[in-house]
Parts: sequence; C-alpha cells; structure tokens
Amino acid sequence: MTVISPEPTRSPESRSISESLAGKKLPRWAPLATAVAAVVIGYGIGAAGSIFGLAWFVVAALLFLIGQTAWSFAVEGRRHAIDRLATTLIYTCFIVALAPLLSVLLSVITKGAGVVFTDFPSFFTETMRNVSPRKPGGGVAHAIVGTIEEVAISAVIAVPIGIMAAVYLVEYGRGRMAKWVSFFVDVMTGVPSIVAGLFIYTFWILVLGFDRSGFAAALSLVILMIPVIVRTTEEMLKIVPNDLREASYALGIPKWKTIVRIVLPTALSGIITGVMLAVARVAGETAPLLLTTFLSQSMNWNPFSGPQAALPTFVWDQISNGTDASVARAWGGAFVLILFVMIFYIGARLLARVFAPKAR
Amino acid sequence: MSNTATENEHDPLIPHGHQQTGRVGDRIFRGFASGAGIFVLVIMGAIGAFLIWKSIPSLQADSTNFFTTTEWFPDDNPAVFGIAALLFGTVISATIAMVLAVPVGIGIALFIAFYAPRPVASTLAFITDLLAAVPSIIFGLWGLAVLMPNMQGTAQWLNDYLGWIPIFDNTLGIYSKSLFIAGVVLAIMVLPTVSAVTREVFIQVPSEHVEGALALGATRWEMVRMAVFPFSLPGMISAAMLGLGRALGETIAVALILSAAFTINWHITEPGGNSFAANIALKWNEAGPIGLSALIASGLVLFLITLVVNMLARWIVSRRKDFSGAN
Repeated sequence: MTVISPEPTRSPESRSISESLAGKKLPRWAPLATAVAAVVIGYGIGAAGSIFGLAWFVVAALLFLIGQTAWSFAVEGRRHAIDRLATTLIYTCFIVALAPLLSVLLSVITKGAGVVFTDFPSFFTETMRNVSPRKPGGGVAHAIVGTIEEVAISAVIAVPIGIMAAVYLVEYGRGRMAKWVSFFVDVMTGVPSIVAGLFIYTFWILVLGFDRSGFAAALSLVILMIPVIVRTTEEMLKIVPNDLREASYALGIPKWKTIVRIVLPTALSGIITGVMLAVARVAGETAPLLLTTFLSQSMNWNPFSGPQAALPTFVWDQISNGTDASVARAWGGAFVLILFVMIFYIGARLLARVFAPKAR
Repeated sequence: MSNTATENEHDPLIPHGHQQTGRVGDRIFRGFASGAGIFVLVIMGAIGAFLIWKSIPSLQADSTNFFTTTEWFPDDNPAVFGIAALLFGTVISATIAMVLAVPVGIGIALFIAFYAPRPVASTLAFITDLLAAVPSIIFGLWGLAVLMPNMQGTAQWLNDYLGWIPIFDNTLGIYSKSLFIAGVVLAIMVLPTVSAVTREVFIQVPSEHVEGALALGATRWEMVRMAVFPFSLPGMISAAMLGLGRALGETIAVALILSAAFTINWHITEPGGNSFAANIALKWNEAGPIGLSALIASGLVLFLITLVVNMLARWIVSRRKDFSGAN
C-alpha cells in the first residue's frame, strides 16, 4: 500500500494546468459592451451611408456577431467562440421570427377590433344579406354558425376514427399492415387542404350527386383532422409507461379495458390537446370550403343543404370585393376567427392542466 | 409489449367468466381499432382513385403536352392547358419558404428548449403553439396588407446588390405580388409548425444525454450538436416535412399574394407566378366541365408531389430508426 502524501508536491507545470482548468473567460459585461459598440458603429454607418430604413440594425447585428466571435476566439479559444456564435444566432432566430408573428397578431387586433366593436353586438348578430360591398355594416353571424356546425360535424366523425386508429397503431398494430397504416397516416398529414376539398368534391358531389353543403365541407375537414389526431394520440399513447399496462394485465383485466380505463385516461391531456389543435387547424381552413360549400351571404342553419358561409370564406370573400369597407370587414372577420382559434387553444391548455395526471 | 389478450385464452389462472368477457370485448375493440386504421388506407387510396378517374376527361381533351405547356385554357376547343407554370411557381415558393423557415424554426426550438430561462420558456412555447394555428387566410391578408409594402426595400436591395445572381434581378422595377413575397409569407406560415414540432422532439431528448455532454465539458453548442441533434434528427426531418407539405399545398395565402400569371419567370422578385393550389382556388368557379376536370388533374399532380415528398422523408427517418424517440 502506497502512502499518499497529504500535501502532494506541485511542480510548476501541474500548477499551470490546475489554473488553466477554469480556462480564460470573457468578462460578464463583454456581450453588452460588444452590443453597444456594434449599435453605435452600425448606426454611424447607417447615417453616413446610403442604407435605407432599419437596415443599419442589420449592420449592427452583423458587427456584433463578428466582434464578439473574434474577441471570444482571441481570449477563450475556438470552441467557446463557436459556442457564443451559435448562442447569438439562436437568440437572433427567435427575435427575427417573433417580429412577423407578433405583427400578424397586432395588425389583426388593431385593424379588426375597431370593426368588430364599433357597433358592438351587430357584427356578431347580422349577416351579409343585402349589404353593399361599398358600405360598412353587416356581420358574421352566418359565418360563425357555418364554422361551428362544420367543425363540430367533422370533429364528431374524425375524433373517434383518429383515436381508434392511434390505438390500433400503438396497442394492436404488428407486421406489414400496421406499417402501411403508420406510413399513410404520415402521408395523410401532408395532404394539402385543397386536395382534401377536391377529393370530397369528386366523391361526394360529382360521383354521389349531392349538392354543395356544409356537410360536404365538414367531410373534407375530416380528412385534414384525422392524421393530426392520430399522430398526437399515437405520440401520447407511446409515452404511457408499459408498467401501467403490465400491472393491469397482471390483475387479469382484459386488454380492451386496460386501453379504455388505463391507457387512454393516462394520455387524456395529450389527446385532448391534440383534438383541440386539430379543431383549431381545420377551423381556419379556407380552400376546401371554397370547393365544397362555397360562399353565402345569408344565414343557413342547415348544414346538409345549400351553400353555407364560414369565417375563413367570409374573410376571403370580403378581401375579393376589394373595397375599403369590405377589407375592413375582412379584418373584422379575421379578428373573430383568431378569437375562435385562441379560445380553443387556451381551452385546450386549461383542460390539459385539469386532467393531467402529472407534470410532463 | 406484445402480450395480447389472446395469450390468456389457455391461462388456467383466469376465471372462465373473465376470460369470456375479455375475449369478446377484445375482439370487438380490436375490430374497431383495426377498422379505423384500415379506414386511413381506404381514404388515401380513394383520394388517388377518384382524382385519377375525374381527371381523365380533361387529359383526353388536352391538345398539348400536359407537363410542358404553361398556358391554361381548358375550356377552349381544342383545350390547351398544362402544369409547367404551376409546377414552377409551387416549387420555387416552397423552396424559398424552406430555405428561410427550417434553420430559423430549428433555432427557435433550440432557444425555447435549451437557451431560454425556464419560466419564460413555457410562455414562449405557448406563443409558438398559438401561432401554429393562425389560419392561412389571415397570413394571406397580413401578407397582402402589411408585409408586401414593407418588403419593397428588401426586394430592391436584393436587386441592387445581388442582382448579378439571375434570380434576384428585377427588370421591371416592380417588386410587389412576387413569388419572393409569397415564399416569405409561406416561410412565416410554416415557421410555427417547424419550430413547434422540433421543440416537441428536443424536449424528448433524454436529460442524461444532455447532462452527460455538459458534464464531459462540452459547451452548450457542442451539447446541442452531439447530444440533441443526433437524437432528434428524424424528428427534425419530420418537422421540416410537415412544413414543406404545408408550403407546397398552401392555397389561400399564395392565391391572395401572387398576381396569377401562367409564365415561368426566374426573376423571383417580379410580379407573377402561380401555384397548383392557388390556381385551383382561383379558377374553380369560372371553370366548365373540362375546366373542373383539368383543375382536378392539376390537384392530382400536387397530391402526387406531396406523396413523393412524404415518402422520401419517411425513408430518411426509417434509415435512422435507432434514434427514434419512442420508448
């Protein structure tokens, strides 16, 4: 047994190694200082040169990127320089992307809220029947009814099919058949909405001979909903721990009851979120509705007969009119549509939180 | 995983009555589940079959080459129409969208999953989720009324300084209603989709991998490159695939922004361009019988393109199955 000396002798080399373990670092104020310098120089270049608008900001960002990376490279070395570069780029991605996204929301709110609330309840209670495109007035009552009916019908059809297909894939599906189903669910996710509309038009209207109706629109939305529900439900069922299934089997509970009583409830929050996502997605679809039910200016309570308006097609119609009053109404419709989608999203979140068995 | 209820049939430990209910219930339930699965296959088959069936009349009536003709006069006699211009516009606008959206979308997902402070992260995730559902009609309206006037400068700058690259050259001096703007709007539209799906995948990266990499002295970026990307590559591809599908088939935003023209114009900042989906929406109500059939034929081509894109993506995913995130 060797005796370890309590105080190991330190050669000069080992001391330098232990000091270098921490590595040299840029001071904490380095990013801020670089940013300030970059903004000042960038603004200077912008003011001096012939650069338009906010482009000096881009110049400043580039200067910051180069300056900080070079400084870090000199002090901290290559690895940390790359790390700082990546960090900056990732932060930039977020800021750059958030700008247009916030702009969408803000412009819908600022341009839409005015139209919706000037004459408060009337925008929600009136239709576009006998309203001139050139004059303000009218409302989205017919479109709200259409959207709610069509989305509700499509959800009633798509949700059971989607959840059962996911159950098949996760709990039963083995072999070639399951592979094909899984494969085509993925492919179906990529089916463009207009193709879904074309299919329902050819199948339901051209071949079976039905008229354009809200129900035909709902059928085309079913095609868009199913893959979303299958995929999200499948993901959720996959992360249900196998221990739960095995414990249930061990108690002699049949498989179907295990799925209905153990697996699905465990995954419920995720499934509901998925269904809400699907509803929110299809509620905003315009293209399939244009083909299968087209537009309507008046109220149609019956989804099984005749053209029916919906919020997205209302907006489309008003933009197409092109007059100031119509475009303002389009923003109003867009505001209501966003509100509709938001209610579903926030509702999904709240439901998910209430039912969640445990935090993710 | 594979212990199906049928294995219990000869299990003496299970009482007779339980076995009976279990078996019948299982059979019915299994039937429903399989039926739902098969329904997906039936739908996909039916989409292809019905579109082919109803596009035959126009393809027979077409007096020119369906794939190389740029004009669109299907209701003339003889009918003259082809998809060349539609294919060009669809591919170019979707390409612009993917070039812009995929890196930025992954960046956003990385930011939310690994860079943002925890309390803020959940809020930011909520915002991206929310925006993934902003309807395309609203992006179209916004692109037309808000973005297009503000893109003038950028397009002009591209022409002035990068004009030597043929696609950025603008010979008209008009920068609105172009494929470039449509591509930017598409990029913004698919951005939330790409980032939300990618983030979901990033969150599933086992914390052992992340912490292990950091404990070995990796910088945060090295951790992302070595622990996160390999694990989530199939998920990232599938996110890009979802985005591409949405960009290729996007109808309304493109229809609103482009000034539909049946030409092939490589100058992407000039007005014009068209896409399969936008053309269907715009021509649908003025089309006669052959016109409808021709639009269905162009929809069939769009359907086949998205089919190929998805199959390709699936193939890439299946090659890296060892990284698939499921337990």
